[in-house]
Amino acid sequence: MRTKLKSRKELEELQKKLHRKLDTGKTRISICNGTACRPYGSNPVAESFKSEIAKQGLEDKVDFKVTGCHGFCEKGPIAIIEPGNIFYQKIKVDDVPEIIQKSVLNKEVISKLLFKEQSTGKEITAQNELPFYKNQTRIILGNNLLIDPTEIEDYIATGGYAALAKALFELQPDKLIGIVKQSGLRGRGGAGFSTGTKWESCRKAHGDIKYVIVNADEGDPGAYANEGLLTGNPHSVLEGLIIGAYAIGAHQGFIYVRNEYPLALKNMTIAMEQAEKHGLLGDNILGSGFDFHVRINRGGGAFVCGESTALMASLEGKVGEPRAKYIHTVERGLWDRPSNLNNVETWANIPLIVNNGPEWFSKIGSPGNSGTKIFSLTGKVNNTGLVEVPMGIKLRDIIFSIGGGIRGNKKFKAVQTGGPSGGCLPEKLLDSPVDFDELTKAGSMMGSGGMIVMDEDNCMVDIARYFLTFLEEESCGKCVPCREGIKRMRQVLNDITEGKGRESDIELLGEISVHLKESSLCQLGSSAPNPVLTTIQYFRSEYESHIKNKKCPAGVCKALIQFSIIDEKCPGCGMCVKTCPSNAITFMGKKKPVILDQSKCIKCRTCYDICRMGAVSIE
Amino acid sequence: MKDRVSAIIKKYGKDESQLVSILQDIQAEYNFLPRVELDKLSKRMDIPQSQIYSLATFFKAFSLKPRGKHIINVCLGTACHVRGTELILESLERQLKINRGETTEDRNFTLETVNCMGCCATGPVVKIDDEYYGQMSNDKVEPMLKKY
Repeated sequence: MRTKLKSRKELEELQKKLHRKLDTGKTRISICNGTACRPYGSNPVAESFKSEIAKQGLEDKVDFKVTGCHGFCEKGPIAIIEPGNIFYQKIKVDDVPEIIQKSVLNKEVISKLLFKEQSTGKEITAQNELPFYKNQTRIILGNNLLIDPTEIEDYIATGGYAALAKALFELQPDKLIGIVKQSGLRGRGGAGFSTGTKWESCRKAHGDIKYVIVNADEGDPGAYANEGLLTGNPHSVLEGLIIGAYAIGAHQGFIYVRNEYPLALKNMTIAMEQAEKHGLLGDNILGSGFDFHVRINRGGGAFVCGESTALMASLEGKVGEPRAKYIHTVERGLWDRPSNLNNVETWANIPLIVNNGPEWFSKIGSPGNSGTKIFSLTGKVNNTGLVEVPMGIKLRDIIFSIGGGIRGNKKFKAVQTGGPSGGCLPEKLLDSPVDFDELTKAGSMMGSGGMIVMDEDNCMVDIARYFLTFLEEESCGKCVPCREGIKRMRQVLNDITEGKGRESDIELLGEISVHLKESSLCQLGSSAPNPVLTTIQYFRSEYESHIKNKKCPAGVCKALIQFSIIDEKCPGCGMCVKTCPSNAITFMGKKKPVILDQSKCIKCRTCYDICRMGAVSIE
Repeated sequence: MKDRVSAIIKKYGKDESQLVSILQDIQAEYNFLPRVELDKLSKRMDIPQSQIYSLATFFKAFSLKPRGKHIINVCLGTACHVRGTELILESLERQLKINRGETTEDRNFTLETVNCMGCCATGPVVKIDDEYYGQMSNDKVEPMLKKY
């Protein structure tokens, strides 16, 4: 077991030693085993690499790393081989011996595992030349490739904890806060408040005992940027937190992690234990005299606990209900003591700013919105995954250059940002810059980084209904406008999707929205109308079609659609007959079109999805 | 075996602010929150039952009813929704002959929903116990269930 590092010098010596180990000329294979690669079988692939390396006796020649998220989740399981920056995608267990034989021993590239450009079919070997990566600025996520998140020494080897040492031994707390303010860093949880200003208020607040908190209750459905960071590089968050604690004058911290993120919990717990063993956390950190302890808390599956006051109530062991914020939490938060809460990504930016200086940071991004932002790009886009881009980039660049456009040659319809508090933006706004202010202007918001792309097959009324259903369930019920208002709006939207909408409904939705916005206790309620208002604003004709013509143009709302067989296209293969769960389709013999019985059809869409001839239509 | 609750309380040093974690550990132990154990918890920690039940019913992660041997979690996150997770959930309901939130008669499966599991790129996602199933479609439901 390692003895504690007792000074800055000891850390720097260890860093040098570990850094040398990185440049031994060995072949390095780093395979992504993030949460999103696991459904594709990254675990068995990683195991197979380990056993194959052992079988061939290559332990001394190959540096094999199982890492957190690489970002390009669409193509998982993925691995990078150095030297050469070779990117292999969709690796199967059977491919592993070949990779070892060809790419490690013979230095050959295996063509079938390379990324192929959609339009031209051109193969691309190097990861940093893939359109998905080359248009990103991965200052936070980039190191994930080099780090086994369960090994603190990997983090230290890449320069980890140097910022902490610099802060503790070179910078006074006030100076440190000045640097963070000067960098222009704004809270990445969604609200975009100046981080430095928040720290300053908390430092100045009265009280001997202060707390710092990591909000890792990433509850936005469809956002997993924090997850990728927590599982892939937990020490970067922890280092930021310790630096913040020092600046603010806190000696106790809390990390509040969603219970739905088991891997994040595991990796963060390991990170904390290792940091403590190395003398980077606990009493007298690096011999500086500064003490700081951290506790990890699991959430209980309540969306509202992402709200700062609700989160703090939950940390106290109470029901996660928010309170009115007449007095800010930086003055009276957890147990009524000054508490500084920041999002995971905000904390992870801190070591970068301390190491590289505020000028470096403020040069990235756009004026007033410095730095990068991680988005989870998902939905109907070709290249899904975690992307890190400079603030101010255009939506179009994210969706089309990095994301590779829409799947299956369908047409783009909308992009949803900001989770249930955000909105759906149409094609005409694709050239808007992505930053806190511009997204808010468009009726949406930055949120914690969800970016869900929708195509012509998505119904915007259904999307609005979906978010309101979500929020209705997640409303804590403490204040009436949110508890009742969301319920009524959801009922109206349900009626519209079931063909029972009335012409006055759009107006009614707008009216309830005003009340919700003005009188809800917390952001959950006051931002709840956003998905409805933006879909009405930009896609009003879809609402009208549901209400007036009783038609769902996208073919989603079950009460308004009908499935039928296009006889001319049906070859009578019987695939749909076999898979239909309600026996609604009858086989009429080969080469004869099948017959669909409307009275038995439950509109489950199985036949539509399975038919390769396009012989099932939705009207 | 007998006094698992005491062991859990001890681990957290009787700290009231750790109540959610304590309940999570009890649930991990029993698969749900048994009434007798919550009674014990209330007495040992000197916390009113009302406070324990307010937490146990507020947070979605807790169940006061016994759950099945295998827990199925269907992700209802936005990314999964736009790719049709509702249809997968309905298919599971049909095949298991239960509604969301319920347990099959043979206690083999409990069908639960979750708002996001953090692997949105691979949606629609279903998780059974610790195993993730990505890019689900209706025809994959039956073979998936057969494994359990």
